[in-house]
Amino acid sequence: MSDIINLTLSALINKIKKKELSSQEITNAYIARAEKSKDLNTYITTDFENAIEKAKKFDEKGNFDYKLPGIPIAVKDLFCTNNLKTTAGSKILSNFIPSYESTVTQHLWDEGAILLGKLNCDEFAMGSSNETSFFGNVESPVGKKVVPGGSSGGSASALAAKLTPTTIGTDTGGSIRQPASFTGTVGLKPTYGSCSRYGIVAFASSLDQAGPMTQDVSDAALMLDVISKYDTKDSTSVNFKRGDYFKSLSSNIKGKKIGIPKEYRVDGMAKEIESLWQDGITLLKKLGAKIIDISLPHTKYALPAYYIVAPAEASSNLARYDGVKYGYRSEGENLISMYENTRSEGFGDEVKRRIMIGTYVLSSGYYDAYYLKAQKIRRLIKNDFDEAYKSVDAILTPSTPSSAFKIGDKTDDPVSMYLNDIFTVPVNLSGLPAISIPAGKDKNNYPLGLQLIGKAFEEQNLLDISYSMEKELSFKNNLQDWWI
Amino acid sequence: MSIDLKTIKHIAKLSRISIDDKKAKELEKDLNSIFEFIEALNKVDTKKVDPLTSIVETSLKLRGDEVKTKNIREQILKNSPDENKDFFVVPKVVE
Repeated sequence: MSDIINLTLSALINKIKKKELSSQEITNAYIARAEKSKDLNTYITTDFENAIEKAKKFDEKGNFDYKLPGIPIAVKDLFCTNNLKTTAGSKILSNFIPSYESTVTQHLWDEGAILLGKLNCDEFAMGSSNETSFFGNVESPVGKKVVPGGSSGGSASALAAKLTPTTIGTDTGGSIRQPASFTGTVGLKPTYGSCSRYGIVAFASSLDQAGPMTQDVSDAALMLDVISKYDTKDSTSVNFKRGDYFKSLSSNIKGKKIGIPKEYRVDGMAKEIESLWQDGITLLKKLGAKIIDISLPHTKYALPAYYIVAPAEASSNLARYDGVKYGYRSEGENLISMYENTRSEGFGDEVKRRIMIGTYVLSSGYYDAYYLKAQKIRRLIKNDFDEAYKSVDAILTPSTPSSAFKIGDKTDDPVSMYLNDIFTVPVNLSGLPAISIPAGKDKNNYPLGLQLIGKAFEEQNLLDISYSMEKELSFKNNLQDWWI
Repeated sequence: MSIDLKTIKHIAKLSRISIDDKKAKELEKDLNSIFEFIEALNKVDTKKVDPLTSIVETSLKLRGDEVKTKNIREQILKNSPDENKDFFVVPKVVE
């Protein structure tokens, strides 16, 4: 059994296709490990009985040509799953059972995958440490009382602890890449418009994007093949020619031009992050890439602009939670007080803060000064990238300004928490694809990640570069299973 | 610029979130520190910049207005906080 959980997704698929392993054996192995790993608090809802049933059915008459034949997968609890509770980590949706399936999860099941359950996340994906979830903190397998990052913290922790062979998360400001970096896993945020947003609990609609979180880069390519598809149910889904990402993977990156943005060398950045970045540059040179210094002058304005745009969209998206049609309701003496009590009791502190910020920046008299201003800054940030991409194919940066921190370390100061996303947020504002790959460790043995940012819709290029780097880096988490 | 307690209570009202005085004071502190951070944007001259409203800058596609799923009343009402099988029920709004 220990062998099964140590296999990558692609290795598991090979074993299943060769009939060396059955879907039941694999599913049971992951369930058994999850049962022993409850202390990490990765799951909000498990669906193990159904998973075993589905695995049995797959072994009896499954289609082995599927891309994910009989593979059990747990997903972030932000994806609506038909007939299975979907909470978004919030009290206000703690009893919500969708009657439809998100497009992205449907793609997984259509390719033969089996749902294991729903993974913990920050409430409505608002957070960088998985400490805002109504269902409690998630612990990272990399260390006791260490945060897994957020908002896809349950996903990152479950993947790193080998409770699921792969998972999917969502990334609005770094929510796939930052937790991937904190847990020594691979996290890919595809170009905005690649993966359908239909059936994903909305946070900030112009920034939200689903993506794979995996053990290695080939697994990420494989998962992207499954979930990146045009969807008429999402009005911002883009109908572009998608690659055959897994099959086309190449580690030849000779001559590729990689930009190094000087603005990402921020004040107070840990020394080990700086040297990680330098090592990444040296490695890329060794692999035959050409390193070019570039400038993204508006980088420092990305985070402040994000904290106008994202809360503004959130305040509007979350207006639907009013206790009328679904979700938690608190009584009140009239309709308005019912709304106010429901929302006050149903939302946690961080969500309330962001709704209030959003409401304020959109309110009469402040719209131009804040929201319109932020949208203009957003244009400047995107222009910076457009300009840079005239001379480079991709950009290399650290994924985060520090390694994972302890639970409780940053909860008293929202701004210090927000600074975690300083390197990831510009990418969402510009709609670009980016990937975080594990590249080293800090003095506590906590993982550190490097981020590659690509041109819109050129995921293959990103995957190739990170694939070639991964081979040389040969990163290993070497977890001691202390939580079992 | 700072946001005072009166403004905090007004925003809470607009957001349909009830807050007591203690919570309002906490929010006053948090929101002011966040807005202090946001004020950095004022250093940038954006007079000649067009706002970016969407990353996918194409016009929305039209589609026929057709019913695709029928007879789903039960599905729609099953998550209703009130037990009524025919309607969503709210506190009385008309006297």
